[in-house]
Amino acid sequence: MVRFFGVLVGLLLVFVLIVAALLPREESTPDITKKYHLAPVAMHWQQDGPLGMGVFGTFDRQQLQRGYQVYKQVCSACHSMNLVAFRNLEAIGFSPAQVKALAKESEVPAINPDTGEESTRPALPSDHFPHPFPNGVAARAANNNALPPDLSLIIKARHHGQQYIYSLLTGYEHKVPADVDVPEGLHYNPYFPSLNIAMAQPLMDDQLEYADGTKATKEQMAKDVVAFLHWAAEPELEQRRRVGVGVIIFLSILSVLAFVSYRRVWAGIEH
Amino acid sequence: MSFPWAKQYEPQHPVMQWIDSRMPLPRLVYNAVGPGYPVPRNINYWYNFGVLAGVAMMVQIITGIVLAMHYSANASAVPGAVDGASIAFMSVEHIMRNVNSGWLMRYMHANGASFFFIVVYIHIFRGLYYGSYKAPREVVWMLGVVIFLLMMATGFMGYVLPWGQMSFWGAQVITSLFSAIPLVGESIRTWLVGGFAPDNATITRFFSLHYLLPFVIVGVVILKIWSLHIPGSTNPTGVDVKGPQDTLPFHPYFTAKDFFGICIYLIVFSVFVFFIPNSLGHPDNYIPANPLSTPAHIVPEWYFWPFYAILRAFTVNFLWIPAKLWGVIAMFSSILLLFFLPWLDNSRVKSTSYRPMYRIWFWVLVVDVLILGWLGGAPAEEPYVRISQLAAAYYFAHFLILLPALSFFEKPLPLPNSIAESVLAKHDQSAATPAMAE
Repeated sequence: MVRFFGVLVGLLLVFVLIVAALLPREESTPDITKKYHLAPVAMHWQQDGPLGMGVFGTFDRQQLQRGYQVYKQVCSACHSMNLVAFRNLEAIGFSPAQVKALAKESEVPAINPDTGEESTRPALPSDHFPHPFPNGVAARAANNNALPPDLSLIIKARHHGQQYIYSLLTGYEHKVPADVDVPEGLHYNPYFPSLNIAMAQPLMDDQLEYADGTKATKEQMAKDVVAFLHWAAEPELEQRRRVGVGVIIFLSILSVLAFVSYRRVWAGIEH
Repeated sequence: MSFPWAKQYEPQHPVMQWIDSRMPLPRLVYNAVGPGYPVPRNINYWYNFGVLAGVAMMVQIITGIVLAMHYSANASAVPGAVDGASIAFMSVEHIMRNVNSGWLMRYMHANGASFFFIVVYIHIFRGLYYGSYKAPREVVWMLGVVIFLLMMATGFMGYVLPWGQMSFWGAQVITSLFSAIPLVGESIRTWLVGGFAPDNATITRFFSLHYLLPFVIVGVVILKIWSLHIPGSTNPTGVDVKGPQDTLPFHPYFTAKDFFGICIYLIVFSVFVFFIPNSLGHPDNYIPANPLSTPAHIVPEWYFWPFYAILRAFTVNFLWIPAKLWGVIAMFSSILLLFFLPWLDNSRVKSTSYRPMYRIWFWVLVVDVLILGWLGGAPAEEPYVRISQLAAAYYFAHFLILLPALSFFEKPLPLPNSIAESVLAKHDQSAATPAMAE
């Protein structure tokens, strides 16, 4: 009985599927974005480690500090990083006193303790990076109706995060193909999924002066800020890898012991 | 329960005697996973995956309980977050950044779900290969299918909890499957979601059920082990256990073997947790849920992809049934048909090693499911749709047409007389020709 009904149901489902597979397909319109979209360029950061395997790689603190400078002086005009607090900057090599000074440069919303009115105060190390806009509506209004995404997790929130962000930041100089329409207020960038991005080219050569004297080409700034964003997205990265190496060494030794004891227990037993 | 030659628990120490005569828990453990449970001596490493599934389940429960201490099931936006990030999303990031070893707990839990499914898929295919669903183990198999369904529900709801873009849109797509049911579908969907679209009511009920269902799974696992212990495990020959020469006690023989298996499993698991923790997830789930912005490709977690491919393979309305309803019916059928497997397969031979024709079709099925998995993650465009239609057709044909038909014309190979005989034959062979030794 089960077999009889099973065969009936099976024949029906297979028939429907075969009919669907044999039906001719409508001619799909060629997708212009697919034609010009570029895969992100291959780049290597110190944290990618030897061979890019990401096992032993650690961040370059100097690079992270330069990256913070790029974020602070360029990106933070429009992009928030609401998951990162000033105190976290100690992890990229700033001293507690430096962190205090860096925090003080920003104003954060506060309540006037005497009147209860809304006001602002200099940020403390415990404060998170302030938002450049009071709310989403204000952010859109100032950016041609596009919402600048929060950058705290951007490296984890995109396929090939590091390579993608680097390519996007340096990908503005491609010639616009004749059959691509760039609407007003958008900018052609073949690394962006829809080819046209609302963000104007953010990085120019010598736009800022690095505190450590490194020459601020736009490729250098892009590389540095990507490293900083990677740290912001995965602040646990170095600890995670360090613990991981220890765990795998421990488990490997345990596996050898487990295998030896298994052979010992089974010695002389045919199976 | 079990075989007459199973060792009996004889407590030596007076304290153990005192306990055993009042509440025989030590006796239960002894008979379940101790020397009192005889196991076929010839089972291979594929038989480790049942225990590994238990390990994966315990990892999920322990890490999950810790995560629930810090997680907040709340879809309302955090004050001041320009991108509308929810309290739930932020609480997950709080776990990642501020909770001591929180990243470890969360990455173990997220990757642990994937590993639970990997282990269970291997376990299911092992059962298919060695005929573990056949009499007298039908109930063991069916309880396994129940566990699989509960796991899918639990995994799906867990993926919704971080309230990222894929959480939200995955919930939207999966719950909308129920709206394909004629007449009452839309009402059922609204009832499940707790509103017209996923929102706070959804996340709170999903969290509640995500915490409840694992304990239901534990309950079914206990029933499954109980029913398994009556006939005992199958074995690679598929020949029933005939006497004490065919078995070894679970402890120490299989505890030692399983412990080695667990170590290897944990090494592979650690590689993912510590070095590529996001490789099995989708980047979009690190973007806060936004009901106004639909992702370009909505995909569920990878372990649903074969079933998602079957769902999307139905593209034509047929017999007054719309394509979407066909897809939903087929997707549920593709899992529910496993309940009927013990009766769909009429062959008396358990082990595929002795079924020359079924062996080919079994491996075609393995490849077919892998292809369906690949297609479920691919965008819904040509040539993927057409391939998925053919692959889905084979899936149903395999279980519902080929398998029932096979027993009429397949001629099985001669079976060994007993497990002990096959073990000794293998031993003699390898002793005679050392080069052939395994």
